[in-house]
Amino acid sequence: MNIRAVAAILAATVAMPYAAAQATDLEVTHWWTSGGEAAAVKELAKAFNATGNKWVDGAIAGSGSTARPIMISRITGGDPMGATQFNHGRQAEELVQSGLMRDLTAVAEKGKWKDVIKPASLLASCTYEGKIYCAPINIHSWQWLWLSNAAFQKAGVPVPKDWNEFVAAGPKLREAGIQPLALGGQAFQANNLFDVLLISIGGKELFEKVYKDKDEEAAAGPEMAKIFAAAVQARELAKGNNVQDWNQATNLVITGKAGGQIMGDWAQGEFQQAGQTAGKDYSCLPGLGLNEVLTTGGDAIYFPLIKDEAKSKAQEALAETIVDPKVQVAFNLKKGSVPIRSDIDMSAANDCMKKGIEIIAKGGTATSVDQMLSADSMKQKEDLMSEFFAKASITPEQAQERFAEIIASAD
Amino acid sequence: MAKSIPSARPNIPSARPNQLFRNLNSKIASIPMIFVALVIFLGGSVWTVVYSFTNSRLLPRLSFVGLDQYERLWASSRWIISIQNLAIYGVLSLIFSMVIGFVLAALMDQKIRFENVFRTIFLYPFALSFIVTGLVWQWLLNPEYGVQHIVRGFGWEGFVFNPLYDADLVIYGILIAGLWQGTGLVMCLMLAGLRGIDEDIWKAARVDGIPMWRTYLFIVIPMMRPVFITTLVIIGSGIVKLYDLVVAQTSGGPGNASEVPAKYVYDYMFQAQNLGQGFAASTMMLLTVAIIIVPWAYLEFGGRKRV
Repeated sequence: MNIRAVAAILAATVAMPYAAAQATDLEVTHWWTSGGEAAAVKELAKAFNATGNKWVDGAIAGSGSTARPIMISRITGGDPMGATQFNHGRQAEELVQSGLMRDLTAVAEKGKWKDVIKPASLLASCTYEGKIYCAPINIHSWQWLWLSNAAFQKAGVPVPKDWNEFVAAGPKLREAGIQPLALGGQAFQANNLFDVLLISIGGKELFEKVYKDKDEEAAAGPEMAKIFAAAVQARELAKGNNVQDWNQATNLVITGKAGGQIMGDWAQGEFQQAGQTAGKDYSCLPGLGLNEVLTTGGDAIYFPLIKDEAKSKAQEALAETIVDPKVQVAFNLKKGSVPIRSDIDMSAANDCMKKGIEIIAKGGTATSVDQMLSADSMKQKEDLMSEFFAKASITPEQAQERFAEIIASAD
Repeated sequence: MAKSIPSARPNIPSARPNQLFRNLNSKIASIPMIFVALVIFLGGSVWTVVYSFTNSRLLPRLSFVGLDQYERLWASSRWIISIQNLAIYGVLSLIFSMVIGFVLAALMDQKIRFENVFRTIFLYPFALSFIVTGLVWQWLLNPEYGVQHIVRGFGWEGFVFNPLYDADLVIYGILIAGLWQGTGLVMCLMLAGLRGIDEDIWKAARVDGIPMWRTYLFIVIPMMRPVFITTLVIIGSGIVKLYDLVVAQTSGGPGNASEVPAKYVYDYMFQAQNLGQGFAASTMMLLTVAIIIVPWAYLEFGGRKRV
């Protein structure tokens, strides 16, 4: 028996188990752990298992800022998972640049992603040097004010139609012993609250001038000063908050202990889990009722480069599953997010979701801040905002000065 | 001490081999340790310092930018707050854990009943991790569930005690949890030190009519110097690396009122994906430790030769 034959037999014994057992385990890491999110993940896992592979759940509790360092260090440390969640934008930028991520261009062309994925900015942030590196899974927007109808009833004021009415109702809510604005202690919440005020009160133009063009003068200018004045109002309304996590803050609204919360559309999943109906138990104001523009952030699934042939196949299957119309409907209904394709039937969605889908279809979209600023600049901004919202002694002028400095050095 | 070993083993030939091969077994045995110390501790530190002068983002790369990272670090209000918090926490936790630990140990040393029971109770918190300690104290200090709620339940409606939600007090809230966790260990170390004091010294002091507190202050404590130094090193290293307690209790909040340097390093290295900035901060931490340790080590170990 010559060596080649021996090698062939050995190779066959190694290859056999793979060929025989078609189900390939693929570990998917994500931070979808709240009630509504977990339900959505189950839908995705079910659809992926139906392709003959096996979804191994790698949920990481805590917010994205807890999970991302773990994911990144696993990829850079040579222990990559099968697939992982990141937000749309630049979080995985350097991983892609250093060749640690898998090129999905072939899958994307086969599935005609360029034609079906709307808005185009989603695929654009997956693209690096003409190649596609991630599969967008949903669209999330931040610009939502969630209101507890019961809380306003108790305070004896009508449910506000926009942010200005909400601010005006603040003192009445306090008198009735209700926390006007629920805001958790996690730093990203204050940071994003500010960005919502910026785009909803200041408009899309100012928003893009500051974050896209990094215009220092606009950031230090009088238009921005108005936003900081509004932020001071929000700080007053949020005074007295004793919760940390965003879903605890949402829970205050659900139970009527707080009047409202500015939070992304994922908060809707929590209302659904609590068995509440949009319009009856709670109300939603996209764009704070002032300016109907939604940022199209959200989540995308990235696939680290793995040498294993079978795993690569499973990665392709997962990428196809994610963009599949049926999966898009099932996943996004549970998650409370907007699907990445507009050619599917979302009539089962509730009132608030329909409002969001409509605004996006009308073209009321803007690029999310995550897609425009690097993680470093985001963190600096986050530090400033969490300090500003917690410490009443910082004047809006001081905060604006520091904000302009961050924008000046941002990349 | 080493010189007395050959006399204990008469079979060793009197002609001394090369100094390098003297005591060869123990030298071979310590090679892994030396290797670890040089490569991992020293090598890792040098690598970090070098890369702190670069503009590395998510992945390390060697493009030098001079002192830019340090300028940005010292201009950042979050870093300044972190340093202040560490100073407050450090000084107070050093003083209080030493004092409380020693007093508890001295009380235990009075030949009390059920000493074992008390020792176990006081040492138990140390068996918990900082994460668990932090969570427990987060609940205890939460105004809606913890101490404030209970006192209000007794009828004192206006009672306010919510250090974790007050930017000026939050670091003391963390200090309370840190002391609760750490004093048990200090007590045990001190107790061991007290037990090491010869009974005759106490008898002599009693014969001379020296009151007990003076005996402790002027005779026993100076004799316990090595124990105090060990305790100092243990507490000190715990202070510098303070991180998990803050994360569990407040995650740096409210705002960034309870940030600490170790958390700045982690956040900027991994969340902000800016390794250069994180390395600059960790180099500053290393420098601080060196500034404290080096003169002390010089006095402690350099001075002994002269005695």
